[in-house]
Amino acid sequence: MRTFIMTITAIITMGVTTTAQAFCGFYVSRADTSLFNEASQVVLVRDGERTVITMANDFQGATRDFAVVIPVPTFIEREQIHVGEQSLIDHLDAYTAPRLVEYHDPDPCQRYELYSRMSGNRMPRSAVASDMDNEARQLGVTIEASYTVGEYDILILSAQESDGLITWLKQNDYRIPDGAERVVNSYLKQDMRFFVAKVNLEEQAKLGFTNLRPLQVAYESNRFMLPIRLGTVNARGKQELFVYTLTRTGRVETTNYRTVKLPSNSEVPEFVEHEFGDFYRSMFTRQTDRENGRAVFLEYAWDMAWCDPCAADPLSAGQLRKLGVFWVGEQAEASGGSKISPRPQDVFVTRLHVRYDGESFPEDLMFHETGDRQNFQGRYVIRRPWKGQASCDTEQYEASVRERQEREAQTLADLTGWDLEAIRKKIEFLGKPAEKPLPWYRRIWQ
Amino acid sequence: MQRIFLTADPRLYQIAVLGVLVAYGVIVLDFGIHWYNALAIAASAMLVQLLGTTLTGSARFDARSPLITALSLTMLLRTDDILLAAAAAAIAIGSKFAVRIRGKHVFNPANVAIVSLMFVSDSVWISTGQWGNAAIGALALACLGFIVLTRARRAETTFSFLIAYAVLLVSRALWLGDPLAIPLHHLQNGALLIFAFFMISDPKTTPNTPAGRISYGAVVAAIAFLIQFTLYQPNGPVIALILAAPLVPVIDFFRRGSSYQWHAPRASDSEASRMHHETIQGDLRCEHSS
Repeated sequence: MRTFIMTITAIITMGVTTTAQAFCGFYVSRADTSLFNEASQVVLVRDGERTVITMANDFQGATRDFAVVIPVPTFIEREQIHVGEQSLIDHLDAYTAPRLVEYHDPDPCQRYELYSRMSGNRMPRSAVASDMDNEARQLGVTIEASYTVGEYDILILSAQESDGLITWLKQNDYRIPDGAERVVNSYLKQDMRFFVAKVNLEEQAKLGFTNLRPLQVAYESNRFMLPIRLGTVNARGKQELFVYTLTRTGRVETTNYRTVKLPSNSEVPEFVEHEFGDFYRSMFTRQTDRENGRAVFLEYAWDMAWCDPCAADPLSAGQLRKLGVFWVGEQAEASGGSKISPRPQDVFVTRLHVRYDGESFPEDLMFHETGDRQNFQGRYVIRRPWKGQASCDTEQYEASVRERQEREAQTLADLTGWDLEAIRKKIEFLGKPAEKPLPWYRRIWQ
Repeated sequence: MQRIFLTADPRLYQIAVLGVLVAYGVIVLDFGIHWYNALAIAASAMLVQLLGTTLTGSARFDARSPLITALSLTMLLRTDDILLAAAAAAIAIGSKFAVRIRGKHVFNPANVAIVSLMFVSDSVWISTGQWGNAAIGALALACLGFIVLTRARRAETTFSFLIAYAVLLVSRALWLGDPLAIPLHHLQNGALLIFAFFMISDPKTTPNTPAGRISYGAVVAAIAFLIQFTLYQPNGPVIALILAAPLVPVIDFFRRGSSYQWHAPRASDSEASRMHHETIQGDLRCEHSS
């Protein structure tokens, strides 16, 4: 049955994708977050002060070792916490991922003919879970609330001093990096609470989930921000974070760091099709270096109602609601199976990608919603030369393609920092390079 | 030509510097400013200035002030709607003629336009992060701005604002136990420096006396700090300026000084007079040497 449903979905995907792809090229491949090791993914839904945060769990160790400590701006009631579905985040990732598209050159001698191709769904990510200890200690720490939600045991903590809180957290097997006192103290003085969670193995066994599902928290706060400072305390090097925002008005950007659009719509050589992941990683590294490691990159900004080309279908109203988009009506939830909506969903998605450490990102990420509804996508184009039977002299066409291939090689070298000669060697230049005509003086006495 | 340049009023420098900054923003930082918005802003500003001078019969039309306002708006205001861009310029210039106390306009034109439109429309915003935090860029902006200020000779507001804001930021960091990298990160923000050097420094909308200007700068800094760190709203300085603007006539009422004139320095202003004298001397020397 499951296979059957998957197949149906795949067919619908193909049908929808084909009709929607004509303008911006034919979808070939995408660079989703699975390319990056230990990438964190966060979905932020916000309208006014109402916020719903969904945190994907990228924990790689044993489930019983899992513990998370998150500063939150307000007290959180039991009903404000929910355990979501990883598949929704994977879908959002796929929908917003940078994409490779292709165009086929028409027959240089005749009218053109177009081909398209599709690609399969990505595999769901794996994550594991751990044990949970629910003991309370009195070290100046107040356990304001204690809940079990899904497979998680959750505590809302406040404290007078960071020392007591950190001692308590360490005693209870929450991994707090050395040197975190300062940061924890700073959050406490800003009236923030700590949301801490561990996995309740019994509950997990009862529920039958093997992977850790994402935690969701709904709250109201005038702070549109994401705390990243705790993660920068230990020197694990640069960390990868993807933030998806779902808002009503328009694109979201950071107010305290530069938000930069990733280079897009570049034409790259055909072989990138087989190395799209490497290409994307190298390009991202080069672009962060160009910004001295201090920028947040915009990878996607689009009205959730459509896409062109689609790397995955837009999320349905039902899926959006599950992600916390509270303004999407309940009647829409009923028609959750709908794919490309004919009218705007009143949901604008922004995908931000940031590689950060404590030095280049000393402060938490602060956001604001702009009125910008212009669509943007990370899109890279390959152009397939015509390789069919030609019924005319194609020398001129081949020369123009070779010129284009050379341009593509240079673009690729510029975007990724790869060696230009190595790139050229991988390109199948069309036809033979035109031989230089013999100099006039050699032809005189031949 | 040299003579015109050396004796010109500071607004020409300001126009040049703002022009360079807009170009830098568009070409290097990729601000995404639409050329048609920039044109609409400039055209609307000129038109309203012309209307204002004609209707009030106050002074002859001068393109310099509206051009400065138009450049400031182009640099700070973001919108995808050309009508809102034009409306911003109209509000900015219109406010100069409509809201005046004792012959002095109350609100900084670009400031009032941006804030009022942000409150009524979701389609207008300021991208405070877009200048980045590169120290070199910040320094360059500060220096360029400083040139404008030394010509305009009203630097107190800027410096008192920046010093007060820096003191508040550092105090907050010390209280929270945060590293100084955080307040430094805030101070290296290009948008903050542009605000300090090009918006709050506007000699026409700051108090007439040095003491008044110093206290005014500090008040704006305090309000901006509160907006930014207790209400957690971005754009603290810009909103603070519009909230503090009505204080200027009050400060001027208690501490009377002379209103700023763009053109000739006043005889009573000995420093300005000396400066003017030096400028003329320099001008003559240039003429001789050429």
